[in-house]
Amino acid sequence: MELLHEDQVERSFLEEITAYPGGQKIRSCQQCGTCSGSCQMAGEMDYTPRKIIEMVRAGLKREVLTSKAIWQCVSCYACTVRCPRGIMPTELMYALRSIAIQQGYCSSQEDSAVFYNTFCDVLHKYGRIHEPTLMGTFAFKGNPFRLMGMAPLGVGMLFKGKLGLIPSRVANIDEVRKLMALTRPKEVKAS
Amino acid sequence: MNYAYMPGCSSHSSSRDYEMSALAVLKALGVQLEEIKDWNCCGSTPVSSVAPVTSMALSARNLALAEEAGYREVVVTCSSCYSMLKRAETYYRNDPAAREMMAGALKTMGRQFEGMVTVKHILELMVYHLGPERLAAAVTKPLKDVKIVPYYGCLLGRPQKAFDDPETPTSMDEALRITGAEVLRFDRKSKCCGGSVMLTKQKAVLRLVEEILWEAADRGADVIAVACPLCQLNLDAYQTRVNAEFGTSYRIPVLYFTQVLGIAMGLDKKHLALGKTFVPAGRVVNI
Amino acid sequence: MPDVRIGVYVCHCGSNIADKVDCAGVAEFAGGLPKVTIARDYQYMCADPGQDLIRKDIKDHKLNRVVVASCSPRMHEPTFRKTLESAGLNAYFFEMANIREHVSWVTEGREQATEKAKALVAAAVARVFYHEPLYERFADMNKRTLVVGGGIAGIEAALKIAASGNQVVIVEKEPSIGGNMAKLDKTFPTLDCSACILTPKMVAAAQDENITLYTYAEVEKVEGYVGNFQVTIRKKARSVDMDKCTGCGICYNKCPAKVPNEFDEGLGMRKAIYVPFPQAVPNKPVIDRQNCTYFQKGKCGVCSKVCPTGAVDYAQEDQLVTEDFGAIIVSTGFETLDPTLGPQWGYGRYDNVITALQFERLVNASGPTQGKVVLKDGTVPKRVAVLHCVGSRDLNFREYCSRFCCMSSLKLAHLAKEKTGGEVYSFYIDMRAFGKGYEEFYNRVMEEGIHFIRGKGTEVIQRAGELFVRTEDTLLGKYREVPVDLVVLNVATVPRADAEKVAQTFGIQRSPDGFFLEAHVKLEPLKTATDGVFIAGGCQGPKDIPDSVSQGAGAAAEALSLIEAGKVKISPVVASVDEARCGGCKACLALCPYGAVDFDDEKKVAVVNEAVCKGCGTCAASCASGAMGVRHFTDEQILAQIGEVLAV
Repeated sequence: MELLHEDQVERSFLEEITAYPGGQKIRSCQQCGTCSGSCQMAGEMDYTPRKIIEMVRAGLKREVLTSKAIWQCVSCYACTVRCPRGIMPTELMYALRSIAIQQGYCSSQEDSAVFYNTFCDVLHKYGRIHEPTLMGTFAFKGNPFRLMGMAPLGVGMLFKGKLGLIPSRVANIDEVRKLMALTRPKEVKAS
Repeated sequence: MNYAYMPGCSSHSSSRDYEMSALAVLKALGVQLEEIKDWNCCGSTPVSSVAPVTSMALSARNLALAEEAGYREVVVTCSSCYSMLKRAETYYRNDPAAREMMAGALKTMGRQFEGMVTVKHILELMVYHLGPERLAAAVTKPLKDVKIVPYYGCLLGRPQKAFDDPETPTSMDEALRITGAEVLRFDRKSKCCGGSVMLTKQKAVLRLVEEILWEAADRGADVIAVACPLCQLNLDAYQTRVNAEFGTSYRIPVLYFTQVLGIAMGLDKKHLALGKTFVPAGRVVNI
Repeated sequence: MPDVRIGVYVCHCGSNIADKVDCAGVAEFAGGLPKVTIARDYQYMCADPGQDLIRKDIKDHKLNRVVVASCSPRMHEPTFRKTLESAGLNAYFFEMANIREHVSWVTEGREQATEKAKALVAAAVARVFYHEPLYERFADMNKRTLVVGGGIAGIEAALKIAASGNQVVIVEKEPSIGGNMAKLDKTFPTLDCSACILTPKMVAAAQDENITLYTYAEVEKVEGYVGNFQVTIRKKARSVDMDKCTGCGICYNKCPAKVPNEFDEGLGMRKAIYVPFPQAVPNKPVIDRQNCTYFQKGKCGVCSKVCPTGAVDYAQEDQLVTEDFGAIIVSTGFETLDPTLGPQWGYGRYDNVITALQFERLVNASGPTQGKVVLKDGTVPKRVAVLHCVGSRDLNFREYCSRFCCMSSLKLAHLAKEKTGGEVYSFYIDMRAFGKGYEEFYNRVMEEGIHFIRGKGTEVIQRAGELFVRTEDTLLGKYREVPVDLVVLNVATVPRADAEKVAQTFGIQRSPDGFFLEAHVKLEPLKTATDGVFIAGGCQGPKDIPDSVSQGAGAAAEALSLIEAGKVKISPVVASVDEARCGGCKACLALCPYGAVDFDDEKKVAVVNEAVCKGCGTCAASCASGAMGVRHFTDEQILAQIGEVLAV
């Protein structure tokens, strides 16, 4: 164990997080672990959801935003409906991921981040998600094994008539793009 | 009776069968769903993860479009769309800051949302609005000797606890019981299948899928009924890989509850799109 | 009217008021108000030197009205009234301005606070000008006490009162006294057998000539007021003549109808005619008519046939009796949360998930398994999990801490270890070992080799017949699925389902958690909003045995201090009728929440029963002719006060 030097602590991090919908109540977390015990992905995480909350409160910004844990959440909200203090860990994970991407903490190897960004790109293009475009673009990004892993599913779906080949589009696509531009946080590089 | 309808992106491709069967069943019940003109993607988990408020604004645009067209209720089939739209609706009603953000974003494109629209899942519409009696009256070919587990997935009652219990929902049990099928107890009915990470965390997803298939098989289910496109695809398409990974031999058809209802209502099988599953629907379909 | 001479005293309350309010400035302002002879500020008006100041001024400056600007009248109005009396002034020539709770504690800026304080002082000065002398009177006190609920708190209260030579009646809803404690096997931290320490008290209560037991009875109605309550009690039909019955037990041995035993928390069976448990007091049976074949189908009658003394009486009916009491102690206890409310805990889903009370019955020698801890299939569990905080400290269920379950969970863990020799896991959030000998007990149980996992036992799942407790071991930061054979849920302590009905019957308020509300959370834990009605034990909030016993004894002291005074003081702040103006419309009769207004049929006017009236003013507000008024809250007093507040 290493000494936690006080200069590693970013005291403003907690306030940064409490500004998000998911961060509003984390000051009252009683560290009971209900979130982790309810989480089907907790076993895959380097830090459990409870610990992530404590790390946010302690100001361990870098450790939290570079963790694998925040990308494991499947957004099932089991923690959120059970939290005895009304905290919404699912929404907290959204906030942490968003900050990790904006501020450049997120590793380019993080599949989920790549996928989510690809999703946003497709959405930006059509206003809707065209599954073949999404799967295709994602499959060819970065990791070549990904393509191999996904191929059987894609072929199967195609064969079963589960892939609509012509993208469906939003007519007023400008509206969608404007919405995205207006509400998407600005990218800030980590110092 | 007409409702605004939010199809969601997958209904135009991977869950075409859900949309077709849902519309066919509702049509037979005398209900018309009218697609929101120019609807956009709800944003789902990916947009929420990149920009948490963008998904709210995207959902709000759909609600505004429905409201402008004079609707008071938006019916949603996909659980993820439902959860996102309901999230926007809930934040709009309860969180002044979020309301201001959504209103402001919509205003820049000359749109507004007054909070007049409520979001309803198709299960809610069928079981709590049309009611079991109306469904029962439409059943002409009751299913016999078919055991079904209702699998709701994670998002139906969560996080808003809007129309069904977040831990032990019952609406689909009720709908399926009307078909004459034996609806089995299913403890994992509201566990997550991992659909939102099916392309990115495959190993974990297989574990989650196996959990659900295990209980379905253990209880002797002939069919798993679902109400979400991601659940359907995940549980259906990955059975072979689960079997390879865990040395199991699951082979359980995964159908939308609307397809099961449609079969019991004696609807034309073409309209129910029964041939699109990886694990063939088999016996259930040929009643 | 003689010349009105008012003294005004502005209290600093240390820094409580002075930090926000310019007390000297307020006093200076008050000095300039009409009829004010002297105005001062002082650090602590309630302290002896502060009171002496008032007394001296009354003498030196011939004051005949006093205003103190300080805290809430709930705190110190009685103090200052006594000060006036000791200086020879009528106590009601006093008025208090609350510049602490209403000003310094709730106002942001110093200037604002000072202005508000001035306004309230001016209002009090304007009001006190119109005060009139009032005189307290006394009514006789009935010396009998009613104890409602015969659990350990109620039994203790009754025994203490009886020991003083006064009469007590215990009304208990169940067929036996004993309450929740009777169901327990051992008690923490000493591991005394619960029955061994409880039954002597139960027997003592039954044998005490000053105690009358009404078991299988409920209070229907309470009328009257402190010192003179008239209480209507329903004695439910037992269907057994208590005088004839010898308690031989032949009836329930022969009865053919079996019913889940509520005393064993549904684990075992009892008969339709039954004694709830072997040590029951009274140890005489009762027929559960809902489940009795004779009552439901008109056939059977076995118990009647076999009874050697002819005590079974199917024709017995409920009896209503009305008795007089001077004081009432409500000790109706608590229930536990319905564990099916959290399906994730697995109760009702899986056979071998049980509640703490069920476990107590399993371990108990007189329980359904004669003290063997066994699973549904009869085998002994090798791994037992005890889950703390099930539904407690949880906004989705009960926000509060149920207080004693850490300790009872430790006890259950100990018993599980002792009885099974297996592995025992205790899932806790925080270990709250607050009482005498409790931390030591925690240490002892740790030494016994219990596995303590700091993490909420969040969910119980089953796979292939095996139970798993899902949790995070928060000290390790690891997610765990712990395989176990038996899960014991220590569910939250909750108010009884009929708490609202009981509260209304006795005029008790409830706190947001649903338990009965005490008059002051720290200083009046046993009194309620209704004079002469006291609360004790688990009905006021979760309590363990030592606390319940203390409260029972404390409530007895409260009741005795009333009874032994022999007289009850009646506040003069009550409604009064101007008979000349009363039109006899009777509107006030129907509205009075205390039934304090009667009608004089000869004079055709309303009459106030001053002993019952609480001075709430509902009648005065509703009176169309302006005949009804409340003393000390006259129109001119209140209007003068409001006028000043608005003027500043």
